[in-house]
Amino acid sequence: MPNKLEVHHLNAWFGAVHALRDISLVVPDGAVTAMIGPSGCGKSTLIRCLNRMHEVVPGARAEGQVLLDGHNIYEPGVDAVQVRARVGMVFQKPNPFPTMSIFDNVVAGLRLNGVRRSRRELAALAERSLRQAALWDEVKDQLTASGVSLSGGQQQRLCIARTLAVEPEVILMDEPCSALDPIATTKIEELIHELKGAYTILIVTHNMQQAARVSDYTAFMYLGKLVEFGPTEKIFTTPEQKETEDYITGRFG
Amino acid sequence: MTAVVCTLAVLTPLFLIFGYLLLEGFSSLNVSFFTQLPKPVGEVGGGMANAIAGSLTLIGMACLLGLPIGVLAGLYLAEYGHGSFGWAVRFCADVLNGVPSIVIGIYAYTLVVLPMKSFSAYAGACALGVIMLPIVARTTEEMVKLVPNSLREAALGLGVPTWRTTIWVVLRTARGGIITGIMLAVARIAGETAPLLFTAFGNQFWQRGLGGPISSLPVQIYTYAISPFDDWHRQAWAGALVLLTLIFLTSLSVRLLTRGQFRAPR
Repeated sequence: MPNKLEVHHLNAWFGAVHALRDISLVVPDGAVTAMIGPSGCGKSTLIRCLNRMHEVVPGARAEGQVLLDGHNIYEPGVDAVQVRARVGMVFQKPNPFPTMSIFDNVVAGLRLNGVRRSRRELAALAERSLRQAALWDEVKDQLTASGVSLSGGQQQRLCIARTLAVEPEVILMDEPCSALDPIATTKIEELIHELKGAYTILIVTHNMQQAARVSDYTAFMYLGKLVEFGPTEKIFTTPEQKETEDYITGRFG
Repeated sequence: MTAVVCTLAVLTPLFLIFGYLLLEGFSSLNVSFFTQLPKPVGEVGGGMANAIAGSLTLIGMACLLGLPIGVLAGLYLAEYGHGSFGWAVRFCADVLNGVPSIVIGIYAYTLVVLPMKSFSAYAGACALGVIMLPIVARTTEEMVKLVPNSLREAALGLGVPTWRTTIWVVLRTARGGIITGIMLAVARIAGETAPLLFTAFGNQFWQRGLGGPISSLPVQIYTYAISPFDDWHRQAWAGALVLLTLIFLTSLSVRLLTRGQFRAPR
């Protein structure tokens, strides 16, 4: 498998706080990669560096290389907006646009960018995205209802559909299930299985079982450093680092 | 219980004022009040048609000046005004908000009336627009700040540029609150009398164009109320009733017309 993303010597700061220290890793195309580690270890910061969302926070900056299909997204002249259209993001808390209907939420990526499409094309896109996000059957009769009228789990799948509608190549998920109940969590995990292959997925999670269930590769981070990265099976059965073993067996963190 | 008492305490003055206006003014209201010009003293009848039209004209022109600048300034303060420039703008807006309206009238007199050598609707609208500015700017700022950051990030994460995010997500989500602020500002200037006395001046006839003196309800009410004639006093009461109803109706209709499809949860 070719590498979709390559991170070389990435450092990131929030003001004076050094949040990521010299991270290097490669993410294979079409695979699911899980980021695990205790709170505050930099997992979220790392994936936010992969679509240049990190720099949105005032005072935050990043240095190093992130290659998307071999091209450095931190090269001067690269438009962060273009990067984010190719590397989509699903956030911890479901965040559908409260002023928009379910339908408008799904096609928001096009509408907000002023892309003109016929009604039929938009409808087809919305249906396809909602089907991909396994939400179509639940909302097909209420597409004009408010996006925030849905349950938490449905809202999160709506956000995933919204991300898919932009047709990204990579999807970053920042603890997408932490605000959801177990049933909704299972649905999202099944969805990740469905999307695997067509999309390269990176998921931050606090749930070790979840990382083991959904991912092909796992990265363990601690105190802003990447401690260990490898196939999930190996990380969970025969980790090389003592810290990794301690964390996954629950001895700290 | 406390909530009920407080609600009553807030609503009672409003109903008292409105009730008293109805009592004193309603009997003088008739079709000619809305269609005719003021009659000279001693003649029965006449109306305030020119003052009603004048007030609407002045408010409309003031909005043209005050709303775009006010909303954009508020947006700037909320989204980018973290530095010392933002602080300075915020401070100036607050000071401006505290400036007595008659002082703003003098400013408009000096800057518009004197060079034009005439009282005019332009001068009146300038004064009213400047009074609106800080109110609109500061409420817009507060409302935009209430928009959760997660919505901005959601839009940015879809590959939407910042400026489009600001307009189509942030502004749209804060719309209800901003409109409330605008309505407050409109209600405030609709009742302003002092800054109009030597800018719009007043006019007993239909105004000829915007470059000349223009009548307005507050000034007309003022003129009639301080007069020694009972007939004019009655007209003043009716004028006050119309003014209040006008403000009430604009608030209501703007609110109904701009009610979004969905409400942002608060």
